[in-house]
Amino acid sequence: MALEPGSPGPQSVEARPSAWGGLLAILDTPQKRGIAIVLILAAMVIAPQAFGPYATVILTNALLYTILALGLNVVVGYAGLLDLGYAAFFAVGAYSVGILTTEFGWNFWATIPVAVIVAMIAGVIIGGPTLRLRSDYLAIVTLGFGEIVRIAARNLQITGAASGISGIEQPWLFGWHIARQVDFYYVFLVLAVIAVLTSVRLANSRLGRAWLYVRHDEDAAEAMGIDRVRVKLAAYIIGAIYGSIGGAFFAVNLTAISPQSFSFQQSTLFLMAVVLGGMGKIPGVILGAFVVVLGPELLRDLGSFRYLVFAIGLLLIMLFRPSGIWPAGGKR
Amino acid sequence: MTLTTILAQQLVNGLVLGSFYALVALGYTMVFGVVKLLNFAHGDLYMVGAFTGLLALSAVAGTAGTSWVGVGLSILLAMIAVGFLGVVIERIAYAPMLKAPRLSILITALAVSLVLQNGVLTLSNGQVLAFSPRLGFAGINLGPVFINYKQIALAGTAAVLMIALEFFISRTQYGRAMRAVSVDRDMSELMGIDVNRVIAVTFFVGSALAGAAGTMAGAYYGSVWYFMGFIIGLKAFTAAVIGGIGSIPGAMLGGLVLGLLESFGTQIPGIGSEWKDVFSFSVLILVLVFKPTGLLGKSEQERM
Amino acid sequence: MALLELNGVALGFAGNAVLQDVNFAVGERAIASLIGPNGAGKTSLFNCITGFYKPQRGSIAFDGAQMLALKPWQVTRAGIARTFQNVRLFRQMSVLENVMSGQHCRTSAGAIGAILRPPAQRREEQHIREVASACLRFVGIDPEEWGRDATTLAYGHQRRVEIARALATEPKLLLLDEPAAGLTKGEKAELVTLIGRIRDERDVAVLLIEHDTSLVMSISERVSVLDHGVMIAEGSPKQIQANPRVIEAYLGSEDAEAALAL
Repeated sequence: MALEPGSPGPQSVEARPSAWGGLLAILDTPQKRGIAIVLILAAMVIAPQAFGPYATVILTNALLYTILALGLNVVVGYAGLLDLGYAAFFAVGAYSVGILTTEFGWNFWATIPVAVIVAMIAGVIIGGPTLRLRSDYLAIVTLGFGEIVRIAARNLQITGAASGISGIEQPWLFGWHIARQVDFYYVFLVLAVIAVLTSVRLANSRLGRAWLYVRHDEDAAEAMGIDRVRVKLAAYIIGAIYGSIGGAFFAVNLTAISPQSFSFQQSTLFLMAVVLGGMGKIPGVILGAFVVVLGPELLRDLGSFRYLVFAIGLLLIMLFRPSGIWPAGGKR
Repeated sequence: MTLTTILAQQLVNGLVLGSFYALVALGYTMVFGVVKLLNFAHGDLYMVGAFTGLLALSAVAGTAGTSWVGVGLSILLAMIAVGFLGVVIERIAYAPMLKAPRLSILITALAVSLVLQNGVLTLSNGQVLAFSPRLGFAGINLGPVFINYKQIALAGTAAVLMIALEFFISRTQYGRAMRAVSVDRDMSELMGIDVNRVIAVTFFVGSALAGAAGTMAGAYYGSVWYFMGFIIGLKAFTAAVIGGIGSIPGAMLGGLVLGLLESFGTQIPGIGSEWKDVFSFSVLILVLVFKPTGLLGKSEQERM
Repeated sequence: MALLELNGVALGFAGNAVLQDVNFAVGERAIASLIGPNGAGKTSLFNCITGFYKPQRGSIAFDGAQMLALKPWQVTRAGIARTFQNVRLFRQMSVLENVMSGQHCRTSAGAIGAILRPPAQRREEQHIREVASACLRFVGIDPEEWGRDATTLAYGHQRRVEIARALATEPKLLLLDEPAAGLTKGEKAELVTLIGRIRDERDVAVLLIEHDTSLVMSISERVSVLDHGVMIAEGSPKQIQANPRVIEAYLGSEDAEAALAL
């Protein structure tokens, strides 16, 4: 009875025939899926050479969004908590790095544990009182927190106020100066792979199951002895960690950060990535992240109209295909 | 300026601000009452109201001028337009989702909000548009405080709308039906109430109120912007929660309380206008944590 | 001392008294039933025991410990498990995963264990699967069904899966809320056997709410009767059947069928 990654999931609901059906039918054994994954990874590795510097920037961004979307997926897709202020954790990671390196001269690698710990504390502070609330309230409260973090970042001196922090030094790793865009591309690729593996492991674990139990029927889950507040808090904190790590590397990639990057719009983009692809399904979330980043690039000519297109797209997905673009059923 | 003058002025400001919050909070709470959904797009209806009011004012400028009559007409037209928009949204986006999991409806509401925001963004090119009715700056002196006519008109209009709403709820058939549906939807259906119609009417009225508030805000502050609904939506939610979500007098009370809190709050040293929003959100969080039922709400013991 | 003891429990909602001064006990390894006309407050009593409702007055003791302050998940951890009136299996999850949920409170692996998969975590996962499998076999669900979405099973099987799920929490007391509702005659007979085995083979006390009076009378050692929130009679099945107050309570209600069965 395998729930291991790579094996077909439990015979599940809604195995609708769809356009994807053909593709998935070809990839029906673990071996074939494994080959597909290897091919995709190989493609990702040669992408910078194949597609050029501009594409590398875009793809790096897509990888960043993948990491963040996977983190938000733990909160929204697994635990079912609608977090509209996820950018707050992204901000925490970025600003922790920014402040510690520019104000206090810390080495980047030393700042990462701090960024993670601060994000965990933020998760506890925000999550603690609010996770007991019903879902509608939770959504708005998390939004409120996101705004509080952004406004604080915009007004405090230590975060550089409205101009943010600039001149963040880029890190060295065993003699390799991670400074070119293509260097960061590979760093983010590694991080994204780690994020995927971590998410898969979480999904197929006691904790991952607990999230699903709580999400599907909170009261029945409690009757089975599951402390739902603790389980939700775990999801929230894990999401915070993903977010802050993403933020940390984002900061050194851009060498400058400002409050604009951490707005509500940003939070909605992360949420769109999770929802569009298919909440709770890892391949779907990855796809969603790429769609959210590549979409506006492909629609550049439409100018500000493209966000309207996205919004309408989200609405249509919710109305007609709430399970997301990725087909339902199959491995998580 | 003496302390009393400052405080008195803030009292006036707070009541005016509170009227806006109350009007928008009312829509929130009414909709929540009948469909148990926090309409995330509600704040954006306020924004659409402001833009509609602007359009309406230019439309009637020829015949009714851009002074009080013109503005009054604009408010009326905006109310009707936004009311209908609210019903359309409900029919298209929310009605099909009623059986869906909670999370899906919330995201749908978010999607509607984004569509409205981005739609207006595209149409207005993201610019802040000027809303310039000719209402002058005259006013009256009440003791140490100067209250201008705009403020009086605003508070007055809000009061009139709220009284009208109260009348609607308690005296008319639709109002009674609304209350029945918010208490027990299934039972109301069994009693022969056309629940879908009641929901549509509720959305109309709630959205119309938001539209009115939006137009008034546009006229009062002199500008409209595609993003103005975002913060007001959060503040209105805060107001509704303070008063007790689902309670109509609660929304009115909550709105005024929030308006006053904000006005007086900005006078506290350290909290300038930049931190005003943080102050309000903190209030929201504190209320939700310590007294989630708000001032006038009823505690819900869920039955299993 | 009884395994479960309620003293003077009173519960009300918005002015309506749902339970009034209820004194009630269940002994270790007992098979007891709680009956009464519709609306008598039986499920509410279950909800009080499991911590979903907080009675305004009275005390609830289980295995010597006070239960009132506990949250529902803590009550389950203490050893009380339940099934629901309307089967509440986790949708879109397999039969096995549903039953595995019962083991959550008996295990401890967290996020770090999930990500790093140390041997202890892998052993624990194996153990969870084994316990769940054992419970499913115990209630008689064929392994072929274990991978299916739990809500696609036949109704009678779903009820059994729910019982397996509750048993997976390793309880000392099992509360069954109308376990026979919707079952065929054959399935009811199987249920009776299963309840007996739960007590005999697993040392678990069972408390049922049930409307099928003949089933209740055939299996219970002790029957308690609740009417309008008041405990009106307690005793052996024979005593209850002969009790005029009980018969009156049922005749006075719409539960005529139950009254006749008495």
